[in-house]
Amino acid sequence: MTGWLHSCRRTSVPTLARHLIGVAVAAVALLGLTYVLDPFHDYQLATAAAYLCAAAGLTVLIGQNGQLSLGHGALMAVGAYTLAMVQNQFGDHGVIAQWTVVVSLAAGVVTATLAGTVIGLAAARLRGPYLAGLTLVVAIALPAVTTVFSGVFHGDQGMSVFLPPVPDQLGVDFPMERWQAWLAVAAALLTLLALANLVRGRFGRSMRAIRDNEVAASVAGIPVARVQVVAFVVSAACAGLGGGMFAVLAQSVSPDAFTLTLSLNLLLAVVVGGSGSLAGAVWGSLLLVLLRYWADQLTGGLALSAGLRTRLAGNLPLAVFGLLLIVVMMAAPGGVQGLLSRAGRWVGGRLIRRPSHRAEVPAPDAEPPAPVVSHS
Amino acid sequence: MAAVGESGSAQDAEQAGLVLRAIAVRFGGLTALDDVSMHVGPGSVVGVIGPNGAGKTTLFNVVCGFVRPHAGRMAWDGAPLRTRPHRLARLGIARTLQGVGLFDGLSVLENVMVGATVSARTGFGAALFAAPRVDRDERDLRRAAMECLSGLGVADAAGRRPDSLPYALRKRVALARALVSRPRLLLLDEPAGGLGGADIDELATLIRSLPSRPGGGCAVMLVEHHMDLVTRVCDHVVVLDFGRVIASGTPEQIRDDPAVIDAYLGTTVEPAHE
Repeated sequence: MTGWLHSCRRTSVPTLARHLIGVAVAAVALLGLTYVLDPFHDYQLATAAAYLCAAAGLTVLIGQNGQLSLGHGALMAVGAYTLAMVQNQFGDHGVIAQWTVVVSLAAGVVTATLAGTVIGLAAARLRGPYLAGLTLVVAIALPAVTTVFSGVFHGDQGMSVFLPPVPDQLGVDFPMERWQAWLAVAAALLTLLALANLVRGRFGRSMRAIRDNEVAASVAGIPVARVQVVAFVVSAACAGLGGGMFAVLAQSVSPDAFTLTLSLNLLLAVVVGGSGSLAGAVWGSLLLVLLRYWADQLTGGLALSAGLRTRLAGNLPLAVFGLLLIVVMMAAPGGVQGLLSRAGRWVGGRLIRRPSHRAEVPAPDAEPPAPVVSHS
Repeated sequence: MAAVGESGSAQDAEQAGLVLRAIAVRFGGLTALDDVSMHVGPGSVVGVIGPNGAGKTTLFNVVCGFVRPHAGRMAWDGAPLRTRPHRLARLGIARTLQGVGLFDGLSVLENVMVGATVSARTGFGAALFAAPRVDRDERDLRRAAMECLSGLGVADAAGRRPDSLPYALRKRVALARALVSRPRLLLLDEPAGGLGGADIDELATLIRSLPSRPGGGCAVMLVEHHMDLVTRVCDHVVVLDFGRVIASGTPEQIRDDPAVIDAYLGTTVEPAHE
């Protein structure tokens, strides 16, 4: 598939057409998949897609622009709470229609964008560990806002989210989980499309140039601070969409869904998948969901006391992910996607070398995923 | 910033090119530049030389807007020059950095395309929707970058990563990145640093060809340790020592100047700063 895409690039198929074809193929495949999966796994697919919205934005910010954020879980909370409040307003006023979800998701993206602008403006003045520190504070402090203003956000309990039922046209016994999976997959594909467009052209190049050498980038005419703020805002918008999707899936929002753990999980998805790579964000998001599932299966299969089981269920995925992170950093700094593209190049190299002895020139846009905290 | 005198601005306006008047820079108590004046006219090649720590790179940083002068003024083609670094390319001033300063995560071609960014016309919104004109823009940037790489004889390296190239080629890519925007003034920070004899010969030929470059000549201001290169390519040389201009003239005049010989060979230590 990627090889085919590369040959398209040489034959000047418009970028948009190429990306739209990719999205359409993925959409059809996933649509089919939702019919194959049972409701439980549909819900898992939806969760992975919601993670993907946020992780894709974050991988661009971290891997391509070199800004490390530990606070994107909080930006997801901004999107989720906005969706909940707007959606409940619709419900209170008796507006029950599918388009309300689109409107409130958009509202979530807007508020997350605003929050991202504020943080991004500060972030553009900070580097490396200082930026990580600032965003860490945001991740820790923001959930507490819900308790301080408990009149609006209903404190620790959170609030339930009013959702319109599954459209009648889909049939009576169409599972809600499959409908949610459709929504989440649509959001994720839209996010990937926009990010792929951005990353491909001049904006992406500017981001990567800044990551590699800020002084050289500004001398070459790149407005460094502006590009950094825009990159942060874009990733915040993606996090807002992902957070909104979280609220749609859980049909409720509460602060304990958006703790620091969520921010760290996103970071893990980015690094394990392959920092800077959109495909890597896909692998990372899937792993986030699957690892939790496998850990649950594992603890469920063992004969353990109830107390130990609950303790393990909460922490085993984290422990496994932590371990995985260390292994990835040591064995494959490019993450899953780095390994895959290396394998792809190896296979491709063999195929090409047989007919002619061409010099091995990597495709100009084969990004080597950048290590997370290298540029400070 | 010092007030601009009536007569001073009128005088600057008459002079095309880059004009520096009485520039002073202090870092804390340390005087990095003191009363430095010079002129880089269109089509000229001006060298700035001096021992380590004389203030040469600081002078570049002042022109580029990385360092704000405490006194003095600058003009570019008659208009006061006081700008942010990233606007400089748009004004027609390009710069290379000490060493190579390339983007190692980008291919050679992409590096040069970054240098051509100022000529791109499409913005963020168009990029988000991958509008067809973005593709056109990219093709134009790619073509300009390829032409520039071919002109410098490094077209073969277009698809490679800079850190996989020999040092001399990397320096050439850095030059291509600066030249691709077709600047009217090129600031070269130690272009010969780390290069061998044959490469320096080629570099000298290239620098000499810039003022009469087809499609608009390019003046050059270069900071250099390599005296041989400076005497070969420069029309005019300014010698800095402890942040002050101690001599200024043609390469021949500079070579015979006793103050310069003092500063370089260190026969006497100048009590230049209090």
